[in-house]
Amino acid sequence: MKVGEFSGTGALIRLILRRDRLLLPIWIALPPLFVVLVVAAFVSLYPTAASQQMLAAQIVNSPGFVALLGPVSSATIGGLTAWRSSFFVAVIVAGANALTVIRHTRADEETGRYELLGSGVVGRRAPLSASLVVTLGADLVIAALVTAALVAFGLPVAGSVALGLSFAAIGWTFAALAGVAAQLAESAGVARGIAGAIFVLFYLLRAVGDANEQSGQTWLSWTSPLGWMHLVQPFANERWGVFALFLGVVIVLIAVAYALSSRRDVGAGILRPQLGPARASRRLRSPLALAWRLHRRTLLAWAAVFAVYGVMIGYLAKTSADLLAANPQLATLFAHFGGASAYTDALFTLSLTFLGWITAAYAITATLRLRSEEVEGRVDHVLAAAVSRLRWATSNLALVVIGSAVVLTAFGLPAGLTYGLSTGNVGYELPRVLVAALAYLPAVWVVAGIAMALYGLVPRLSFVSWGVLGAFVLVELIGETLQVSQSILNISPFNHVPTVLVSGVSLMPLVSLTLLALVLTIVGLVGFQCRSIG
Amino acid sequence: MSVIEIENLTKYYGKTRALNDVNLTVEDGEVFGFIGPNGAGKTTTLRILLGLLRKNAGNVSVLGADPWRDAAALHRRLAYVPGDVSLWPNLSGGEVIDLLGRLRGGFRQSRRDELVERFKFDPTKPCRTYSTGNRQKVALIAAFISDVELFILDEPTLGLDPLMEAVFRDCVTEVKQAGKTVLLSSHILAEVEALCDRISIINEGTIVESGTLAELRHLTRISVSVETVRPVTGLSELQGVHNIRVDGARAHFTVDAGAINRVMEHLTPFDVRALTSAPPTLEDLFLRHYELQTGESAQ
Repeated sequence: MKVGEFSGTGALIRLILRRDRLLLPIWIALPPLFVVLVVAAFVSLYPTAASQQMLAAQIVNSPGFVALLGPVSSATIGGLTAWRSSFFVAVIVAGANALTVIRHTRADEETGRYELLGSGVVGRRAPLSASLVVTLGADLVIAALVTAALVAFGLPVAGSVALGLSFAAIGWTFAALAGVAAQLAESAGVARGIAGAIFVLFYLLRAVGDANEQSGQTWLSWTSPLGWMHLVQPFANERWGVFALFLGVVIVLIAVAYALSSRRDVGAGILRPQLGPARASRRLRSPLALAWRLHRRTLLAWAAVFAVYGVMIGYLAKTSADLLAANPQLATLFAHFGGASAYTDALFTLSLTFLGWITAAYAITATLRLRSEEVEGRVDHVLAAAVSRLRWATSNLALVVIGSAVVLTAFGLPAGLTYGLSTGNVGYELPRVLVAALAYLPAVWVVAGIAMALYGLVPRLSFVSWGVLGAFVLVELIGETLQVSQSILNISPFNHVPTVLVSGVSLMPLVSLTLLALVLTIVGLVGFQCRSIG
Repeated sequence: MSVIEIENLTKYYGKTRALNDVNLTVEDGEVFGFIGPNGAGKTTTLRILLGLLRKNAGNVSVLGADPWRDAAALHRRLAYVPGDVSLWPNLSGGEVIDLLGRLRGGFRQSRRDELVERFKFDPTKPCRTYSTGNRQKVALIAAFISDVELFILDEPTLGLDPLMEAVFRDCVTEVKQAGKTVLLSSHILAEVEALCDRISIINEGTIVESGTLAELRHLTRISVSVETVRPVTGLSELQGVHNIRVDGARAHFTVDAGAINRVMEHLTPFDVRALTSAPPTLEDLFLRHYELQTGESAQ
């Protein structure tokens, strides 16, 4: 390893800080903000030790919830906070780290920006090193802020440090993983896909491992860094040794990334791209066919993840119901929820709440395809051919509308089927669960409509649609735990989605949400018709 | 009727004026060169002609239609090659050629195969692996396979090697012979000289010169190298002679088109052994124009 391979790292760090001057503070601020909200909620809702123990017992004894969010390490405010926030913060931190590393390594190479830098005094390992320094540093800032916030609420210092560090550790893991993915893939999209798929895999391993905690099969949780977050046991008997495990994995991954980076050409990946067909298939002859071609890989990947998740939830619902039936003490505990069936319904409803948000995120990505096609200049080819703007935009939107339906069906169908098969009542459970999933469609379309309206009217602010979705999710999360006035809750379209499994289908909100989505989309299309391209 | 008519076209990007009262006419069946330095407004003008950009003032008509209002129908009759060709990274080059050809209303398979062959293009690679030149080829092949009346080409040879540039010139000549109209923007002057019937020069959003190459040449000076038996003297006293450099028996200078006769008479007594003269290239024309401008602004 020569020193020259790292030269220019300092300059690149400053470049990253400059380019991400807005994004970096936002993703650093989100985890501590979220933790503060959660602590505040638990302090106000479960002030006594007895109430905290009662809640912890409920969670620990329902494999479904343990699978969704992980186990509760201690029946205290600290333990509950760790349980409630770990998954969400892991999503934010893992996502932000992976995206940042890929953005400043593979994406720069793919777009050719790196050529400019690489011809200067910049070593071949400098971009990876610089992006790792920035992300790993940001993770430590997150850890410090989270620890400070928890200690400020009067929680034990050791537990606060452990929770803060576990967030940083998951960030480090995914920064390093993304570093490897960026070397393997030739395109940033594929690198992001690899990082995302690994996150889902880790989540599933942890979920299944934790759900089977009582049968002693926790070894699966030990295979997943997302499981390690809980195995650190913040606010219980902190196992500091787990951090050595994190550190070991991070060091190995970074070493692998550096080794791979020395073995390849700039611009090339380790995975070789395959040759394509010399001629287009007969079907590739319309903007709709092009849109399908551009969306299909992402859509199928999302659908596959949702399907696996559906099978898992369907299976867990049955296990949880069995557990309740076998344990009369637990059954009385859940009696005020309405018994076993109400419990499984609650599990489905909670999963669907998450999936609704995630589907909305998919819908934003799919809608903003329009924006990236325009920014990259590819739309010029299509609009300079005999294709009207309306036809091009609606072709893409058709895939947003249908794609979000496909994704939700991909969850609802296997979830309902698995659960129905296990209870022996497919005819009853399948349609119920499927309809409950599809009930989220209009709310998802509203979010897509907001993205379209922004794209049509003020394309430069298209990214604000992410902020809007974030605000909706925040409103929902706060509304779940804090007493918030109904008028604020009503801002979020998700708040209007009928909980089909609990209270049945109500058409009114679905129709009005769909109409709202339609109006937003039309506003966006009109704006798009009237403005310049590019 | 003219194929392209632009009258007093003005376009602002925010407060920056990109085009200022541009006037331009392209006649049926001609190859029209549109020249200017980077950032002069060439691409902006072409994108307005395609209905991609909204104009702020003026009239634009393409093939008798309003490019903003009738975009889709109009585009059936024209082909466009953007200056910066960006393609879908996971489609193969062949797929993009077919897709664009079909979106424009179809093409003959034999013509497609012929052009792929002539441009020596490998259509099986994913577009993300193509170099600038190869991406350019995709757009050029997709354009030239289309049976359209008008070709709008924005700096189409950027990134092509000289061999491919020759193929491109052949293609332009062919479509011209078939009676099609070509609007070619460029800052590669030799290309415009070789291909174009008429040209317009644009700078900072304003058309500074228009006409046939011959018409514009009167503005420029011919460069002359002469070898004489006795060293030439007294050149600097002659009107219309510039940039004189005398090097023993050789003299180099430039001369205004109107002063050639006088210069020849002046040279003869020095016993001319050899004389070469070069017609002004567009490069000279360009430089000359900027000299004039900076001269004016200096005053």
